[in-house]
Amino acid sequence: MFDIERWQEIFETLRKNKLRTFLTGLSVASGIFILVILLGFSKGIQNGVTSQFQRDATNTITIWTGNTTKGYKGLNPGRYVQLKNQDYNTISRKYDEYLDYRTSLYAIWGGTISYKNESGNYQIRGVMPDHQFIENADISSGRFINESDLNEFKKVAVIGNKLKRDLFKDEDPIGKNISVFGMNFKVIGIFYDPGGEREESQAYIPLSTAQKVFNAGDNIRNMLFTVKMSDNFDQAVALSKSVSQGIENDLKQMHTVAPDDTSAVRVYNTLEEAQKIYSLIATIQAVFWFVGIGTIIAGVVGVGNIMLIIVKERTKEIGIRKALGALPMSIVGMILQEAIFVTMFAGLFGLIFGLGLLELIGPQIQSDFIKYPQVNFNVALTTVFILVFAGALAGFFPAYRAAKIKPIIALRDE
Amino acid sequence: MIQIKDLHKSYHMGTNSLHVLKGINFNVKEGEMVSIMGSSGSGKSTLLNILGILDEADSGSYILDGVPIKNLNEKVAANYRNKFLGFIFQSFNLINYKTALDNVAMPLYYQGVKRQERIEKAEHYLEKVGLAEWSHHLPNELSGGQKQRVAIARALASDPKVLLADEPTGALDSKTSQEVMELIQGINDEGKTILMVTHEHDIAQMTKRIVHIKDGLIIDDNPVEQVRASLYV
Repeated sequence: MFDIERWQEIFETLRKNKLRTFLTGLSVASGIFILVILLGFSKGIQNGVTSQFQRDATNTITIWTGNTTKGYKGLNPGRYVQLKNQDYNTISRKYDEYLDYRTSLYAIWGGTISYKNESGNYQIRGVMPDHQFIENADISSGRFINESDLNEFKKVAVIGNKLKRDLFKDEDPIGKNISVFGMNFKVIGIFYDPGGEREESQAYIPLSTAQKVFNAGDNIRNMLFTVKMSDNFDQAVALSKSVSQGIENDLKQMHTVAPDDTSAVRVYNTLEEAQKIYSLIATIQAVFWFVGIGTIIAGVVGVGNIMLIIVKERTKEIGIRKALGALPMSIVGMILQEAIFVTMFAGLFGLIFGLGLLELIGPQIQSDFIKYPQVNFNVALTTVFILVFAGALAGFFPAYRAAKIKPIIALRDE
Repeated sequence: MIQIKDLHKSYHMGTNSLHVLKGINFNVKEGEMVSIMGSSGSGKSTLLNILGILDEADSGSYILDGVPIKNLNEKVAANYRNKFLGFIFQSFNLINYKTALDNVAMPLYYQGVKRQERIEKAEHYLEKVGLAEWSHHLPNELSGGQKQRVAIARALASDPKVLLADEPTGALDSKTSQEVMELIQGINDEGKTILMVTHEHDIAQMTKRIVHIKDGLIIDDNPVEQVRASLYV
């Protein structure tokens, strides 16, 4: 293998047969290149989609209400169904054993918040302590709302990172007072949210305080629950589906809503959605792998074909070499070494080119659905070796046969 | 140099069997220049292939320079071909992507000669056949006569004991044929044993001995008065 004379002979052959070398190399390099790009984007789409749906806890049940669309038990359609603290307590108690985090929510969609000379319009949400975990809010400094804030109607606020940047710039907001509709709230914490800027431009205040300062009595807008996770994903989906169905039925009964009224009481179950997303991701991945493996097979067939043609074309040369005293094994070795060298070189070239391209354009992609396209280097390297091996195998048999036939027959080959 | 006794060879094609050589007895001494003549199908090329260890006889003995050639494995056969024999073919059989020089150097590569020495030797033999200034040309840039001369240089490069030529002038016009024959005669004059298959009488007359083969048997084996090719040129 490390015979310098052999290498010289091979390089000379490759140099003198540039087109053949180029075409073999091209088919291998492009195969690997396409595979790397495909797998990279498959991973990118997976990353993108996953991060899109990662912003909240994936097993959340969200409940909100609207106007009735159907008359029921003598009540007219068009009636607004108002959720109350009482509803939350009933549901929370009834499904206690299945529920993990829970909160009810009273939100003002747009409220003016100001600090010193800076002010802006932000969403203000009255929430319970568990909301932090349901929203996946990450407290970067200070703390989230706690039970005592809730019980004592404290005027405290936890603000999003975007809001903090808008109002406070570089100043540390903890302990400072912000003005919400002219009322002073003390900032007790700052949060990040994987959901991005939209979620980070909110302020959380205790639910009890919100109901009081916004004159909401014991009205609530939403209820959010997370369902306890089961070991098995399908079980978890089934459980949260049955829990959300149960909650929907109970609320409809409590508020005298027709069972088939879909707009008065709405229960949204993210786990069921998540399942769809996961199966979508799995499908996308399967498609990319299918195409990728197809590409590899095409590459293997292509390389094999080229090797067959090369050996066929060189049958006469093999005869000449044998007549001049070449050993059969030296001929097989020469052809194989040449094939392996070309496919390996081209394969690695395609690999590096593909990885380089991903590395280069990956960060430039401004799409929420494709993030950090990347390839498992080992997978890519393995495919290079598969191609090299296939090329060598496809070259070996005809080369072996050609080296075995009598030189006189090989010489007659025109 | 070459001793052949009762050589038989048959080819099998499906159910038919073709008995090509039916007991050839034949000796060649060192320094001889022999032409083997016969019509096509007479077995002359088969004989030459067996002599060149490109093909193997079914029965009979073949001794080349004191070495019995029998049941050789590929490795030994390749070694003997390389050491003992030089081939000249009708269709030249040069490797078309290699220069004249590299073609001539090829047998030396398989002898394990180092690159620098290979090139020096190859240049020497190219000069000998008068193609020194064509050494870096590819075969398709050379005329038929030049190609055959490259092939002769290649056959000589490994310094073989016997030169085997299969219709060396078959693809050449008569003037070029005579030039090539002159070269081959010169090589014989230096003491190299040469065996040549031909069906052209005037070419055969340029050797020192003519063997006629008909239907797989030698029917006639006579020394001839050698005609020097240089007389025609």
